[in-house]
Amino acid sequence: MKLFSFLFTSTIGRKWLMGLTGLFLISFLLVHCSVNACIFFNDEGETFNMAAEFMGTNWIIRSMEFVLFGGLLLHIFQGLYLWKFNADARKKRYSVNAGSANSTWYSRSMGILGTLLLLFLVVHLKDFWLTSRFTDVITSGEKTLFQEMKEVFANPLPVVIYVLGCISLCYHLLHGFQSAFQTLGINHKSYTPIIQSTGRLFSIVVSLLFAAMPVAMHLDWIQ
Amino acid sequence: MSNSNMNLKLKVWRQQNANDTGHFEDYRVQASPDMSFLEMFDVLNEQLITEGKDPVAFDHDCREGICGMCSMVINGRPHGPKHGVTTCQLHMRSFSDGDTIVVEPWRSNAFPVIRDLSVNRSSFDRIIAAGGYVSVNTGNAVDANATLIPKEIADEAFEAATCIGCGACVSACKNASAMLFVGAKVTQLALLPQGRAEASKRVVAMVNQMDAEGFGACTNTGACSAECPKQIPLSVIATLNREYIKAKLKGY
Repeated sequence: MKLFSFLFTSTIGRKWLMGLTGLFLISFLLVHCSVNACIFFNDEGETFNMAAEFMGTNWIIRSMEFVLFGGLLLHIFQGLYLWKFNADARKKRYSVNAGSANSTWYSRSMGILGTLLLLFLVVHLKDFWLTSRFTDVITSGEKTLFQEMKEVFANPLPVVIYVLGCISLCYHLLHGFQSAFQTLGINHKSYTPIIQSTGRLFSIVVSLLFAAMPVAMHLDWIQ
Repeated sequence: MSNSNMNLKLKVWRQQNANDTGHFEDYRVQASPDMSFLEMFDVLNEQLITEGKDPVAFDHDCREGICGMCSMVINGRPHGPKHGVTTCQLHMRSFSDGDTIVVEPWRSNAFPVIRDLSVNRSSFDRIIAAGGYVSVNTGNAVDANATLIPKEIADEAFEAATCIGCGACVSACKNASAMLFVGAKVTQLALLPQGRAEASKRVVAMVNQMDAEGFGACTNTGACSAECPKQIPLSVIATLNREYIKAKLKGY
């Protein structure tokens, strides 16, 4: 284990773990977004419920849930540690800041954006994950996950919270996607521009798709 | 030189020593648009000395953009508003008559203020001393074609080697991270055969020293490269990360 202790002791090691867990979470987002997008078949949630049942019962997927939470917790704890560590590296702040002259606001705000995402995640897990995994509402057949979604998003407040969550996600990804590759040491004059444009496209498409779900349900576009 | 025809208001950071809390002081100075920023400070200091006051301490040496001594944060930007220039190569024509200019020192725990705008950058020296060199003398120059190095590699190494170690990267970074500086030094030596032999040992030693000095961690905002007077590219940080992880996984 001594071989890997640098992942928790050095700045580059910590950043490396941030990048790795970040990319892992991005791969999760891709799966999550694809499964959820099944609601857009507009077939009373039939395809979506089928996909959701598979995700909820397949043992490989269920075991991956532990890895996912492990990765998420590592990303959160390393992120919070680095946020504090980096803020402490400059005790005396500048009187005049001209950050916008040399970097984007969201690249400088990953800590805030991540915290907003964490708050959103608490609400989101309570809404769906707890209901589907720790109560028998879904498994007993009392209602489907699709019906649960319809019920939650009938209220305007969750819809607003979810859309705000997606906006935070979009900006977090806009910086995080390409930043993860740079941190892992992948920077190449031909491939980096491709990684950067893929990252931008991914951030916008995934966030828009996620945001469209509560909105479409609330407005009854999805039956 | 044209006549003094710019009236400027300066807000300059004054601090007696590292333990003093420091404060801003307001000055008025007349400058010619042809003056460099440092020459404008010379005028201010002459004025202060004539008035029997303490001149402003600031670092400078070559005044031609190659030594890396000058270090002023001008209106929130290290080396001022121009890209790819040091403070000494910044001219007053980049400002307008009547401007208020705020001048602060590099701010980072690893660069304690010595006095006013002058900061102690010996943390950079200690990082270099930890491994930023080739430890075996290479002797007399051998035939230029004895070891073949592709032009692209030579160019890349040279680009990294243009780092003058001024510390603008640390100053610009919201995390006060020194990774552009360390990345440039590691890249320059890792790319060429003379430095390659000790690459793993070097990168671990230099990063350990960098962490021990209290610099922050890189969050890839790109501010360092954007403000670097030598325009060192961000790719040197990726090289640093790659070299470091490779070395650690090899057990260094």
